[in-house]
Amino acid sequence: MAGDDLKTLVLADLHAELGGKFVPFAGYSMPVQYPRGVMGEHLWTRESAGLFDVSHMGQVMLPLAAVDALEALVPVDVRGLAEGRQRYGFFTNDSGGVLDDLMIAHVPDALFLVVNAACKDADITHMRAHIDGVQEITGRALLALQGPKAAEALAEVLPAAAAMRFMDSHRVKWNGVELWISRSGYTGEDGFEISVPDEIAETFARALLADERVEPIGLGARDSLRLEAGLPLYGQDMDTSISPVEAGQAWAIGKVRRLDGEREGGFPGADVILAQIANKPPRRRVGLLPEGRAPMRAGVEVFASADAATPIGTITSGGFGPTVGGPVALALIDAATPPDAALFGEVRGKRLPVTQTKLPFTPPATNADPDGENP
Amino acid sequence: MKFTEDHEWLSADGDIITVGITDHAATQLGDVVYVELPEVETQVSKGDDIVVIESVKAASDISAPLDGEIVEINDALADKPALVNEDAMGTAWFFKIKVENPNALDEFMSEDEYKDHVGE
Repeated sequence: MAGDDLKTLVLADLHAELGGKFVPFAGYSMPVQYPRGVMGEHLWTRESAGLFDVSHMGQVMLPLAAVDALEALVPVDVRGLAEGRQRYGFFTNDSGGVLDDLMIAHVPDALFLVVNAACKDADITHMRAHIDGVQEITGRALLALQGPKAAEALAEVLPAAAAMRFMDSHRVKWNGVELWISRSGYTGEDGFEISVPDEIAETFARALLADERVEPIGLGARDSLRLEAGLPLYGQDMDTSISPVEAGQAWAIGKVRRLDGEREGGFPGADVILAQIANKPPRRRVGLLPEGRAPMRAGVEVFASADAATPIGTITSGGFGPTVGGPVALALIDAATPPDAALFGEVRGKRLPVTQTKLPFTPPATNADPDGENP
Repeated sequence: MKFTEDHEWLSADGDIITVGITDHAATQLGDVVYVELPEVETQVSKGDDIVVIESVKAASDISAPLDGEIVEINDALADKPALVNEDAMGTAWFFKIKVENPNALDEFMSEDEYKDHVGE
Protein backbone atom coordinates (compact mmCIF):
# COMPACT_ATOMS: atom_id res chain seq x y z
CA MET A 1 0.00 0.00 0.00
CA ALA A 2 0.96 3.64 0.02
CA GLY A 3 4.35 4.56 1.42
CA ASP A 4 4.71 7.70 3.50
CA ASP A 5 5.83 9.79 0.57
CA LEU A 6 3.13 8.61 -1.83
CA LYS A 7 -0.03 10.60 -2.44
CA THR A 8 -3.29 8.76 -1.98
CA LEU A 9 -6.26 8.91 -4.34
CA VAL A 10 -9.51 10.21 -2.88
CA LEU A 11 -11.07 6.90 -4.01
CA ALA A 12 -8.31 4.73 -2.46
CA ASP A 13 -10.75 3.01 -0.05
CA LEU A 14 -13.12 2.18 -2.88
CA HIS A 15 -10.27 0.68 -4.94
CA ALA A 16 -9.17 -1.40 -1.94
CA GLU A 17 -12.76 -2.59 -1.41
CA LEU A 18 -12.87 -3.61 -5.09
CA GLY A 19 -9.72 -5.72 -4.57
CA GLY A 20 -7.32 -3.30 -6.25
CA LYS A 21 -3.60 -4.04 -5.99
CA PHE A 22 -1.65 -0.81 -5.47
CA VAL A 23 1.70 0.23 -6.93
CA PRO A 24 3.59 3.52 -6.76
CA PHE A 25 3.22 5.50 -9.99
CA ALA A 26 4.20 9.14 -10.61
CA GLY A 27 4.20 9.83 -6.86
CA TYR A 28 0.79 8.26 -6.25
CA SER A 29 -0.33 4.95 -4.86
CA MET A 30 -2.39 3.70 -7.82
CA PRO A 31 -4.46 0.56 -8.45
CA VAL A 32 -2.56 -1.44 -11.09
CA GLN A 33 -5.13 -4.23 -11.33
CA TYR A 34 -8.20 -5.75 -9.71
CA PRO A 35 -9.00 -9.45 -9.20
CA ARG A 36 -10.02 -9.84 -12.87
CA GLY A 37 -6.36 -9.27 -13.81
CA VAL A 38 -4.72 -7.15 -16.52
CA MET A 39 -5.71 -9.45 -19.39
CA GLY A 40 -9.34 -9.75 -18.29
CA GLU A 41 -9.64 -6.03 -17.59
CA HIS A 42 -8.21 -5.18 -20.99
CA LEU A 43 -10.65 -7.47 -22.82
CA TRP A 44 -13.57 -6.22 -20.69
CA THR A 45 -12.82 -2.63 -21.71
CA ARG A 46 -12.70 -3.60 -25.39
CA GLU A 47 -16.05 -5.40 -25.13
CA SER A 48 -18.01 -3.46 -22.53
CA ALA A 49 -16.96 -0.50 -20.36
CA GLY A 50 -14.09 0.06 -17.94
CA LEU A 51 -13.85 2.65 -15.17
CA PHE A 52 -10.36 4.08 -14.65
CA ASP A 53 -9.27 6.41 -11.86
CA VAL A 54 -6.88 8.90 -13.46
CA SER A 55 -7.05 11.46 -10.65
CA HIS A 56 -3.25 11.51 -10.53
CA MET A 57 -3.28 13.54 -13.75
CA GLY A 58 -3.05 17.31 -13.49
CA GLN A 59 -6.12 19.49 -14.05
CA VAL A 60 -5.35 23.12 -14.82
CA MET A 61 -7.56 26.11 -15.63
CA LEU A 62 -6.37 29.12 -17.64
CA PRO A 63 -8.30 32.33 -18.30
CA LEU A 64 -9.61 32.64 -21.85
CA ALA A 65 -7.33 35.66 -22.25
CA ALA A 66 -4.41 33.19 -22.16
CA VAL A 67 -5.20 31.74 -25.61
CA ASP A 68 -2.29 33.47 -27.34
CA ALA A 69 0.10 32.89 -24.45
CA LEU A 70 -0.75 29.18 -24.55
CA GLU A 71 -0.27 29.13 -28.32
CA ALA A 72 3.27 30.34 -27.66
CA LEU A 73 3.94 27.07 -25.80
CA VAL A 74 2.07 24.52 -27.95
CA PRO A 75 1.85 24.03 -31.75
CA VAL A 76 -1.93 23.68 -31.49
CA ASP A 77 -4.62 25.89 -33.05
CA VAL A 78 -5.97 27.02 -29.67
CA ARG A 79 -7.54 30.20 -31.05
CA GLY A 80 -9.64 28.14 -33.44
CA LEU A 81 -10.94 25.88 -30.70
CA ALA A 82 -14.69 26.47 -30.38
CA GLU A 83 -16.35 26.57 -26.98
CA GLY A 84 -17.31 23.08 -25.91
CA ARG A 85 -14.50 21.46 -27.92
CA GLN A 86 -11.19 19.85 -26.96
CA ARG A 87 -7.90 19.24 -28.76
CA TYR A 88 -4.85 17.09 -28.12
CA GLY A 89 -1.46 18.78 -28.09
CA PHE A 90 1.97 19.02 -26.47
CA PHE A 91 4.33 21.49 -24.86
CA THR A 92 7.45 21.60 -27.02
CA ASN A 93 11.01 22.62 -26.15
CA ASP A 94 13.53 24.69 -28.13
CA SER A 95 15.10 21.63 -29.75
CA GLY A 96 11.75 20.38 -31.03
CA GLY A 97 11.29 17.75 -28.33
CA VAL A 98 8.23 17.33 -26.14
CA LEU A 99 7.94 18.44 -22.49
CA ASP A 100 4.53 16.79 -22.02
CA ASP A 101 1.41 15.99 -23.97
CA LEU A 102 -1.97 17.30 -22.89
CA MET A 103 -5.63 17.90 -23.64
CA ILE A 104 -6.85 21.48 -24.11
CA ALA A 105 -10.58 22.20 -23.80
CA HIS A 106 -12.37 25.47 -24.43
CA VAL A 107 -14.94 25.63 -21.63
CA PRO A 108 -17.12 28.66 -20.75
CA ASP A 109 -14.76 31.60 -20.05
CA ALA A 110 -11.71 29.39 -19.63
CA LEU A 111 -9.30 26.84 -21.03
CA PHE A 112 -9.25 23.53 -19.17
CA LEU A 113 -6.10 21.42 -19.50
CA VAL A 114 -5.36 17.86 -18.47
CA VAL A 115 -1.65 17.02 -18.21
CA ASN A 116 0.37 13.94 -17.23
CA ALA A 117 0.86 13.20 -13.53
CA ALA A 118 4.64 12.88 -13.71
CA CYS A 119 4.96 16.23 -15.52
CA LYS A 120 2.28 18.32 -13.85
CA ASP A 121 4.49 20.30 -11.46
CA ALA A 122 6.97 21.11 -14.23
CA ASP A 123 4.13 21.96 -16.64
CA ILE A 124 2.59 24.39 -14.15
CA THR A 125 5.96 26.06 -13.46
CA HIS A 126 6.53 26.29 -17.24
CA MET A 127 3.09 27.82 -17.84
CA ARG A 128 3.38 30.26 -14.92
CA ALA A 129 6.59 31.60 -16.42
CA HIS A 130 4.67 32.56 -19.57
CA ILE A 131 0.97 32.79 -18.71
CA ASP A 132 -0.95 34.88 -16.15
CA GLY A 133 -3.70 33.26 -14.12
CA VAL A 134 -2.61 29.61 -14.20
CA GLN A 135 -4.77 27.80 -11.67
CA GLU A 136 -4.08 24.22 -10.63
CA ILE A 137 -7.39 22.51 -9.92
CA THR A 138 -7.32 20.50 -6.71
CA GLY A 139 -10.18 18.79 -4.93
CA ARG A 140 -11.50 17.09 -8.06
CA ALA A 141 -11.07 13.45 -9.03
CA LEU A 142 -10.73 12.46 -12.69
CA LEU A 143 -12.43 9.30 -13.88
CA ALA A 144 -12.37 7.74 -17.33
CA LEU A 145 -15.17 5.49 -18.58
CA GLN A 146 -13.97 3.70 -21.70
CA GLY A 147 -15.33 1.06 -24.03
CA PRO A 148 -18.05 0.40 -26.61
CA LYS A 149 -20.72 0.39 -23.88
CA ALA A 150 -19.38 3.48 -22.07
CA ALA A 151 -21.91 5.83 -23.70
CA GLU A 152 -24.97 3.74 -22.86
CA ALA A 153 -23.73 3.11 -19.32
CA LEU A 154 -22.98 6.79 -18.68
CA ALA A 155 -26.34 7.81 -20.19
CA GLU A 156 -28.10 5.85 -17.41
CA VAL A 157 -26.50 8.19 -14.88
CA LEU A 158 -26.14 11.31 -17.04
CA PRO A 159 -28.58 11.34 -19.97
CA ALA A 160 -26.96 14.48 -21.42
CA ALA A 161 -23.73 12.60 -22.09
CA ALA A 162 -25.21 10.53 -24.91
CA ALA A 163 -25.49 13.57 -27.20
CA MET A 164 -21.82 14.52 -26.82
CA ARG A 165 -19.61 14.09 -29.88
CA PHE A 166 -16.02 12.86 -29.85
CA MET A 167 -13.79 15.60 -28.34
CA ASP A 168 -16.74 17.60 -27.00
CA SER A 169 -16.08 19.05 -23.55
CA HIS A 170 -19.19 19.95 -21.57
CA ARG A 171 -20.24 20.92 -18.08
CA VAL A 172 -23.15 18.84 -16.88
CA LYS A 173 -25.01 18.97 -13.55
CA TRP A 174 -25.42 15.72 -11.63
CA ASN A 175 -27.47 15.93 -8.42
CA GLY A 176 -26.82 19.66 -8.42
CA VAL A 177 -23.04 19.29 -8.74
CA GLU A 178 -21.13 20.35 -11.85
CA LEU A 179 -19.19 17.62 -13.64
CA TRP A 180 -16.69 18.47 -16.38
CA ILE A 181 -17.01 15.84 -19.09
CA SER A 182 -15.16 15.28 -22.31
CA ARG A 183 -15.88 12.55 -24.81
CA SER A 184 -12.34 11.28 -25.14
CA GLY A 185 -9.86 8.93 -23.58
CA TYR A 186 -6.65 7.06 -24.19
CA THR A 187 -7.65 3.48 -24.86
CA GLY A 188 -8.64 3.58 -28.54
CA GLU A 189 -12.26 3.06 -27.50
CA ASP A 190 -15.19 5.44 -27.33
CA GLY A 191 -15.43 6.93 -23.88
CA PHE A 192 -15.48 9.85 -21.50
CA GLU A 193 -13.22 11.59 -19.02
CA ILE A 194 -15.12 13.08 -16.11
CA SER A 195 -13.80 15.59 -13.57
CA VAL A 196 -15.78 15.17 -10.35
CA PRO A 197 -15.55 17.13 -7.07
CA ASP A 198 -13.89 14.97 -4.37
CA GLU A 199 -16.98 15.17 -2.13
CA ILE A 200 -19.15 13.23 -4.59
CA ALA A 201 -16.44 11.20 -6.37
CA GLU A 202 -17.24 8.00 -4.50
CA THR A 203 -21.02 8.32 -4.94
CA PHE A 204 -20.57 9.00 -8.64
CA ALA A 205 -18.08 6.13 -9.12
CA ARG A 206 -20.41 3.74 -7.29
CA ALA A 207 -23.31 4.86 -9.49
CA LEU A 208 -21.27 3.91 -12.57
CA LEU A 209 -20.01 0.64 -11.06
CA ALA A 210 -23.58 -0.37 -10.17
CA ASP A 211 -24.13 -0.88 -13.90
CA GLU A 212 -23.27 -4.48 -14.80
CA ARG A 213 -21.59 -3.27 -17.99
CA VAL A 214 -18.97 -1.35 -15.93
CA GLU A 215 -15.95 -2.88 -14.19
CA PRO A 216 -13.01 -1.14 -12.48
CA ILE A 217 -9.80 -1.22 -14.55
CA GLY A 218 -6.25 -0.63 -13.31
CA LEU A 219 -3.14 1.02 -14.71
CA GLY A 220 -1.86 -2.26 -16.14
CA ALA A 221 -4.70 -2.59 -18.65
CA ARG A 222 -4.65 1.16 -19.27
CA ASP A 223 -1.11 0.70 -20.61
CA SER A 224 -1.87 -2.35 -22.79
CA LEU A 225 -5.02 -0.67 -24.18
CA ARG A 226 -3.21 2.51 -25.20
CA LEU A 227 -0.33 0.48 -26.63
CA GLU A 228 -2.64 -1.56 -28.88
CA ALA A 229 -4.35 1.68 -29.89
CA GLY A 230 -0.93 3.02 -30.99
CA LEU A 231 -1.18 5.96 -28.58
CA PRO A 232 2.18 7.28 -27.40
CA LEU A 233 3.01 7.31 -23.69
CA TYR A 234 4.88 10.41 -22.61
CA GLY A 235 8.27 9.51 -21.17
CA GLN A 236 8.58 6.44 -23.41
CA ASP A 237 7.34 7.06 -26.94
CA MET A 238 7.72 10.82 -26.74
CA ASP A 239 10.07 12.86 -24.59
CA THR A 240 12.37 15.88 -24.61
CA SER A 241 14.59 14.18 -27.22
CA ILE A 242 11.80 12.84 -29.48
CA SER A 243 9.90 15.31 -31.64
CA PRO A 244 6.14 15.05 -32.11
CA VAL A 245 6.75 14.48 -35.83
CA GLU A 246 9.04 11.52 -35.10
CA ALA A 247 6.47 10.23 -32.61
CA GLY A 248 3.81 10.21 -35.33
CA GLN A 249 1.82 13.06 -33.76
CA ALA A 250 2.21 15.73 -36.47
CA TRP A 251 -1.57 15.45 -37.09
CA ALA A 252 -2.11 17.42 -33.87
CA ILE A 253 -0.12 20.41 -35.17
CA GLY A 254 -2.73 22.85 -36.44
CA LYS A 255 -2.67 23.93 -40.09
CA VAL A 256 -2.52 27.60 -39.01
CA ARG A 257 0.67 26.87 -37.03
CA ARG A 258 2.43 25.18 -39.96
CA LEU A 259 4.54 26.69 -42.77
CA ASP A 260 2.50 29.32 -44.64
CA GLY A 261 -0.24 29.11 -42.01
CA GLU A 262 -1.88 32.28 -40.64
CA ARG A 263 0.03 31.96 -37.36
CA GLU A 264 3.01 29.98 -38.64
CA GLY A 265 5.39 28.79 -35.94
CA GLY A 266 5.59 30.86 -32.79
CA PHE A 267 6.09 27.88 -30.45
CA PRO A 268 9.33 26.47 -28.98
CA GLY A 269 11.30 24.40 -31.48
CA ALA A 270 9.09 25.54 -34.39
CA ASP A 271 12.06 25.69 -36.78
CA VAL A 272 12.98 22.06 -36.12
CA ILE A 273 9.42 20.73 -36.06
CA LEU A 274 8.18 22.58 -39.15
CA ALA A 275 11.28 21.54 -41.10
CA GLN A 276 10.63 17.92 -40.10
CA ILE A 277 7.06 18.15 -41.41
CA ALA A 278 8.26 19.74 -44.67
CA ASN A 279 11.08 17.30 -45.24
CA LYS A 280 11.39 14.17 -43.21
CA PRO A 281 12.29 13.60 -39.57
CA PRO A 282 15.47 11.58 -38.97
CA ARG A 283 13.49 8.87 -37.22
CA ARG A 284 9.96 7.60 -37.57
CA ARG A 285 7.61 5.75 -35.28
CA VAL A 286 6.51 2.33 -36.41
CA GLY A 287 4.32 -0.46 -35.10
CA LEU A 288 6.07 -3.81 -34.81
CA LEU A 289 4.60 -7.29 -34.58
CA PRO A 290 7.20 -9.67 -33.17
CA GLU A 291 6.90 -13.18 -34.61
CA GLY A 292 6.33 -15.86 -32.02
CA ARG A 293 5.19 -15.18 -28.50
CA ALA A 294 8.12 -13.46 -26.78
CA PRO A 295 7.15 -9.88 -25.87
CA MET A 296 9.64 -7.17 -26.80
CA ARG A 297 9.60 -4.40 -24.23
CA ALA A 298 10.89 -0.82 -24.11
CA GLY A 299 14.64 -0.65 -24.65
CA VAL A 300 14.89 -3.62 -27.05
CA GLU A 301 17.17 -2.66 -29.94
CA VAL A 302 15.94 -3.05 -33.52
CA PHE A 303 18.23 -4.24 -36.32
CA ALA A 304 17.89 -4.35 -40.12
CA SER A 305 19.29 -7.88 -40.30
CA ALA A 306 20.16 -10.86 -38.16
CA ASP A 307 23.86 -9.91 -38.15
CA ALA A 308 23.98 -6.10 -38.55
CA ALA A 309 26.41 -4.54 -36.10
CA THR A 310 24.50 -1.32 -35.40
CA PRO A 311 20.86 -0.98 -34.46
CA ILE A 312 18.53 1.16 -36.60
CA GLY A 313 16.28 1.98 -33.69
CA THR A 314 14.79 1.06 -30.35
CA ILE A 315 11.46 -0.18 -29.05
CA THR A 316 9.91 2.60 -26.96
CA SER A 317 6.86 0.65 -25.68
CA GLY A 318 6.13 -3.01 -25.99
CA GLY A 319 4.37 -5.92 -24.41
CA PHE A 320 1.58 -8.40 -24.92
CA GLY A 321 -1.55 -7.16 -26.66
CA PRO A 322 -4.50 -9.10 -25.22
CA THR A 323 -6.86 -8.17 -28.08
CA VAL A 324 -4.19 -8.84 -30.73
CA GLY A 325 -3.39 -12.10 -28.94
CA GLY A 326 0.34 -11.66 -29.26
CA PRO A 327 3.23 -9.29 -28.66
CA VAL A 328 3.06 -5.72 -30.02
CA ALA A 329 5.57 -2.87 -29.87
CA LEU A 330 6.10 0.76 -30.82
CA ALA A 331 9.58 1.62 -32.04
CA LEU A 332 11.47 4.66 -33.17
CA ILE A 333 13.60 3.71 -36.18
CA ASP A 334 15.81 5.34 -38.80
CA ALA A 335 13.41 7.06 -41.24
CA ALA A 336 15.38 5.68 -44.20
CA THR A 337 14.24 2.15 -43.36
CA PRO A 338 11.88 0.86 -46.10
CA PRO A 339 8.35 0.40 -44.69
CA ASP A 340 8.20 -3.21 -45.87
CA ALA A 341 11.66 -4.22 -44.61
CA ALA A 342 11.74 -7.25 -42.32
CA LEU A 343 13.46 -6.26 -39.06
CA PHE A 344 14.83 -7.94 -35.96
CA GLY A 345 14.53 -7.21 -32.27
CA GLU A 346 17.28 -8.40 -29.96
CA VAL A 347 15.90 -10.10 -26.86
CA ARG A 348 18.30 -11.68 -24.37
CA GLY A 349 21.03 -11.78 -27.00
CA LYS A 350 18.86 -13.38 -29.70
CA ARG A 351 17.73 -11.60 -32.87
CA LEU A 352 14.05 -12.38 -33.39
CA PRO A 353 12.13 -11.36 -36.52
CA VAL A 354 9.58 -8.55 -36.35
CA THR A 355 7.19 -7.20 -38.99
CA GLN A 356 6.42 -3.53 -39.46
CA THR A 357 2.72 -2.84 -39.38
CA LYS A 358 0.25 0.03 -39.63
CA LEU A 359 -1.04 1.57 -36.42
CA PRO A 360 -3.25 1.12 -34.50
CA PHE A 361 -2.85 -2.60 -33.84
CA THR A 362 -6.55 -2.88 -33.05
CA PRO A 363 -9.35 -1.19 -35.04
CA PRO A 364 -10.20 2.21 -33.57
CA ALA A 365 -13.64 3.10 -32.26
CA THR A 366 -15.98 4.26 -35.00
CA ASN A 367 -16.87 7.68 -33.55
CA ALA A 368 -14.95 10.09 -35.72
CA ASP A 369 -13.96 13.58 -34.65
CA PRO A 370 -16.54 15.94 -36.21
CA ASP A 371 -13.69 18.42 -36.75
CA GLY A 372 -11.84 15.72 -38.66
CA GLU A 373 -8.62 16.45 -36.80
CA ASN A 374 -7.94 13.30 -34.85
CA PRO A 375 -6.74 10.21 -36.68
CA MET B 1 7.64 -31.44 -2.30
CA LYS B 2 10.21 -28.79 -1.41
CA PHE B 3 10.20 -25.03 -1.98
CA THR B 4 12.85 -22.39 -2.70
CA GLU B 5 12.93 -18.76 -1.61
CA ASP B 6 12.47 -17.90 -5.28
CA HIS B 7 9.00 -19.51 -5.23
CA GLU B 8 9.94 -22.67 -7.09
CA TRP B 9 8.57 -26.08 -6.11
CA LEU B 10 10.78 -29.14 -6.42
CA SER B 11 9.46 -32.67 -6.64
CA ALA B 12 11.97 -35.54 -6.55
CA ASP B 13 11.78 -38.93 -8.27
CA GLY B 14 15.15 -40.51 -7.49
CA ASP B 15 17.78 -38.20 -8.97
CA ILE B 16 15.30 -36.48 -11.32
CA ILE B 17 13.81 -33.28 -9.86
CA THR B 18 10.75 -31.68 -11.48
CA VAL B 19 10.68 -27.89 -11.07
CA GLY B 20 7.84 -25.39 -11.37
CA ILE B 21 6.65 -22.21 -9.69
CA THR B 22 4.17 -21.98 -6.86
CA ASP B 23 0.54 -20.82 -7.05
CA HIS B 24 1.61 -17.84 -4.97
CA ALA B 25 4.23 -16.85 -7.56
CA ALA B 26 1.83 -17.40 -10.47
CA THR B 27 -0.74 -15.14 -8.81
CA GLN B 28 1.89 -12.46 -8.23
CA LEU B 29 3.04 -12.62 -11.86
CA GLY B 30 -0.45 -12.26 -13.27
CA ASP B 31 -1.39 -13.52 -16.73
CA VAL B 32 1.61 -15.43 -18.15
CA VAL B 33 1.98 -14.88 -21.91
CA TYR B 34 5.35 -16.47 -22.71
CA VAL B 35 7.72 -18.97 -21.14
CA GLU B 36 11.26 -19.51 -22.43
CA LEU B 37 12.75 -22.82 -21.30
CA PRO B 38 16.34 -24.11 -21.39
CA GLU B 39 17.38 -26.71 -23.94
CA VAL B 40 17.44 -30.35 -23.03
CA GLU B 41 20.93 -31.70 -22.19
CA THR B 42 22.08 -28.28 -20.95
CA GLN B 43 24.39 -28.48 -17.93
CA VAL B 44 23.33 -25.86 -15.42
CA SER B 45 24.75 -24.54 -12.17
CA LYS B 46 22.73 -23.55 -9.16
CA GLY B 47 21.70 -19.90 -9.50
CA ASP B 48 21.90 -19.75 -13.32
CA ASP B 49 18.89 -17.97 -14.79
CA ILE B 50 17.47 -20.65 -17.07
CA VAL B 51 13.77 -19.81 -17.49
CA VAL B 52 12.18 -16.51 -18.51
CA ILE B 53 8.53 -15.98 -17.66
CA GLU B 54 6.79 -13.04 -19.29
CA SER B 55 3.49 -11.85 -17.89
CA VAL B 56 1.40 -9.04 -19.33
CA LYS B 57 3.19 -6.79 -16.84
CA ALA B 58 6.85 -7.82 -16.81
CA ALA B 59 9.56 -10.41 -17.40
CA SER B 60 10.93 -12.55 -14.55
CA ASP B 61 13.80 -15.03 -14.40
CA ILE B 62 13.76 -18.44 -12.77
CA SER B 63 17.09 -19.86 -11.72
CA ALA B 64 18.36 -23.42 -11.50
CA PRO B 65 17.81 -24.59 -7.89
CA LEU B 66 20.67 -27.11 -8.07
CA ASP B 67 23.61 -28.16 -10.24
CA GLY B 68 22.65 -30.72 -12.84
CA GLU B 69 21.56 -31.56 -16.37
CA ILE B 70 18.24 -30.58 -17.93
CA VAL B 71 16.71 -33.88 -19.05
CA GLU B 72 13.19 -32.78 -20.06
CA ILE B 73 11.25 -29.56 -20.62
CA ASN B 74 7.50 -28.95 -20.67
CA ASP B 75 6.75 -28.24 -24.33
CA ALA B 76 3.07 -27.65 -23.52
CA LEU B 77 4.03 -24.21 -22.14
CA ALA B 78 5.19 -23.01 -25.57
CA ASP B 79 1.66 -23.23 -26.96
CA LYS B 80 -0.20 -22.52 -23.76
CA PRO B 81 1.74 -20.29 -21.36
CA ALA B 82 -1.52 -19.54 -19.50
CA LEU B 83 -1.24 -23.07 -18.10
CA VAL B 84 1.05 -21.50 -15.48
CA ASN B 85 -1.91 -19.50 -14.12
CA GLU B 86 -4.27 -22.47 -14.33
CA ASP B 87 -2.18 -25.25 -12.84
CA ALA B 88 1.17 -23.94 -11.58
CA MET B 89 1.72 -26.79 -9.14
CA GLY B 90 0.82 -29.54 -11.60
CA THR B 91 0.75 -29.69 -15.39
CA ALA B 92 2.61 -26.36 -15.73
CA TRP B 93 5.95 -27.76 -14.52
CA PHE B 94 8.92 -26.14 -16.28
CA PHE B 95 11.77 -28.63 -16.51
CA LYS B 96 13.22 -31.82 -15.07
CA ILE B 97 16.79 -31.72 -13.87
CA LYS B 98 19.03 -34.70 -13.13
CA VAL B 99 21.11 -33.96 -10.05
CA GLU B 100 24.17 -35.71 -8.70
CA ASN B 101 23.14 -35.44 -5.10
CA PRO B 102 19.38 -35.76 -4.43
CA ASN B 103 20.09 -35.17 -0.72
CA ALA B 104 20.78 -31.57 -1.67
CA LEU B 105 17.01 -31.13 -1.63
CA ASP B 106 17.06 -31.25 2.15
CA GLU B 107 18.28 -27.66 2.33
CA PHE B 108 15.01 -26.32 0.88
CA MET B 109 11.82 -25.37 2.69
CA SER B 110 8.95 -27.67 3.52
CA GLU B 111 5.44 -26.63 2.50
CA ASP B 112 4.74 -25.22 5.97
CA GLU B 113 8.01 -23.29 5.98
CA TYR B 114 7.22 -21.91 2.54
CA LYS B 115 3.76 -20.80 3.63
CA ASP B 116 5.38 -18.95 6.54
CA HIS B 117 7.89 -17.47 4.09
CA VAL B 118 5.17 -15.92 1.90
CA GLY B 119 3.00 -15.03 4.88
CA GLU B 120 0.04 -17.26 4.01
